[in-house]
Amino acid sequence: MTAETMEAPAVAVATATPPHPLREFWGYFSANKGAVAGLIVIILVVTVALLADVLAPHSPYVTDTSIALKPPFWQEGGSLAFPLGTDPIGRDILSRLIYGSRLSLLIGVVIVSISIVLGTVLGLVAGFTRGMTEIFIMRLMDIVLTLPSLLLAIVIVAVLGPGLVNSMLAVALVILPHYVRLARAAVITETSKDYVTAARVSGAGTLRLMFKEVLPNCTAPLIVQASLGISTAILDAAALGFLGLGAQPPAPEWGTMLADAREFVLRAWWVVTFPGLAILITVLAFNLLGDGLRDALDPKLKR
Amino acid sequence: MLRFILTRVSLIIPTFIGITLLAFFLIRLVPGDPIETMAGERGIDAARHEQLRKEFGFDKPIFVQYGVYISRVLQGDLGKSLVTQAPVWSEFKALFPATMELAICAILFALVLGLPAGMIAAIRRNSIFDHGVMGISLAGYSMPIFWWGLILILVFSVQLDLTPVSGRIDVLYYIEPVTGFLLIDSLLSGEEGAFASAVEHLILPTIVLGTVPLAVIARMTRSAMLEVLGEDYIRTAKAKGLSRYRIIVLHALRNALIPVVTVIGLQVGVLFTGAILTETIFSWPGVGKWLIDAIFRRDYPVLQGGALLLGIVVMSVNLLVDLAYGLINPRIRHNR
Repeated sequence: MTAETMEAPAVAVATATPPHPLREFWGYFSANKGAVAGLIVIILVVTVALLADVLAPHSPYVTDTSIALKPPFWQEGGSLAFPLGTDPIGRDILSRLIYGSRLSLLIGVVIVSISIVLGTVLGLVAGFTRGMTEIFIMRLMDIVLTLPSLLLAIVIVAVLGPGLVNSMLAVALVILPHYVRLARAAVITETSKDYVTAARVSGAGTLRLMFKEVLPNCTAPLIVQASLGISTAILDAAALGFLGLGAQPPAPEWGTMLADAREFVLRAWWVVTFPGLAILITVLAFNLLGDGLRDALDPKLKR
Repeated sequence: MLRFILTRVSLIIPTFIGITLLAFFLIRLVPGDPIETMAGERGIDAARHEQLRKEFGFDKPIFVQYGVYISRVLQGDLGKSLVTQAPVWSEFKALFPATMELAICAILFALVLGLPAGMIAAIRRNSIFDHGVMGISLAGYSMPIFWWGLILILVFSVQLDLTPVSGRIDVLYYIEPVTGFLLIDSLLSGEEGAFASAVEHLILPTIVLGTVPLAVIARMTRSAMLEVLGEDYIRTAKAKGLSRYRIIVLHALRNALIPVVTVIGLQVGVLFTGAILTETIFSWPGVGKWLIDAIFRRDYPVLQGGALLLGIVVMSVNLLVDLAYGLINPRIRHNR
């Protein structure tokens, strides 16, 4: 990143010292209102997830059929005790959404962490070794990319068996190629630069070159892809949950909640509306953040 | 040009082998004994087990099994469904037109709205319209379409009572399949109201499936258009005094469409992914719903064959888009 920010046109022309990279980054990032809004929403969701035990008015699991399908408080028959209403077996929807934010964030972060670590290593290996290893890795990734992402994830889950962990593994595998391609492309452009040659001449080994020299300089595109990847991961995991292949009931996963509530769509609009809104808002926030990060971190796009 | 086509076609061979390998190993990765898994909870006696082992070729070495599998696939034999006993290929053939019809309508919907929206947004950069299009397309891009479908049902079918909730056509009509596309078949049948019914059933699924491609196409058209509008030849065209219409349509749009075509090609995979969800929501009798049902029935041959066939379809469409790309952009075919 540092090498790239040096090349970027300085924001403040007349200052004697260049602005701190972080400060410069914030300058670009905060100019994008959407990105800032996305960041605020994400901070909110993270806070809600962390404080779920304090914030949730009820348990997300306790059922009580005597209060089943209560509408939200502003509708007739609703009460402030269950602000967003209750589901078909009498669980408080708001509390389930609050606990669900934990699951969704966890899902997003775990999936992206797995694929970013695995993808970066594979991409670095492909970029450094070239030859057969590279062809093998990249062809394999092309095949994964050819298949529709959710179809492949569905097939993998069908084989491994439905469940939260398996669905996370499946989605991680499906989004892996993006990171491998990014890392490899970054490595190939970086290795031709002078600082890598200099390091090699001073006797740095391949592993050192990979992780200490080149990797820190390809973090920018990886960070952008990670933010966009979290939104894909949350969306795909929710889709698997909706199909009954992801997190299993009674887990308060947003996609699974939708699947549970599907047959009640004709009778109770609130049981399907709120979990989906939660997914949409969270995914939107990560997409906004990703776009903002890309504009701020990628000097090629700075205009 | 021929050279270009041949290179591109030969490039898909490794991908094809990869997909078949994936489909082949799929069924062998299922934990436990595949025959017992297929038999399910009913169990199976030892003699039948042995017979099935021979039938599926599980007693032979793995590479022999793969060879046998590949030669069968190339002859169009994808095995039989464990549930219906019908060949996987004939089931796929019967259901695929429904998915195809939906996918074609969805991509047309996305193009008809997305191209002009992106174009106008680019021409009127930073206007309210531009911000509106970009905002909506970002929301569309982030949309959980399985939820979007339910919300549309809630509004248009439940509240307003305008559209049917599920299926392809009203049960009143029986349409003899000719092309498999109900829009065409219902017209051919000459039955009164059949076509209207088919259209009614298509509206919501089309919107649901077309939402993500629409968002992507609008965004892509806008950015491609913005890039082209900044080029020198546009300035020259303006300086020559050409009309706005000529500049935009003849000079800018034609060049802006090149990256858009690629994006449309990439959307094919998205469409089939979306079709799985859309068909599940609207009980649309296509291959997506068929695959999901197969998972829950543990119908492994259907899952294996269906995933392979869908993979091949996507691969072929990608190839066609690649070729079309070379056709409209001479720089590509001469460079490689």
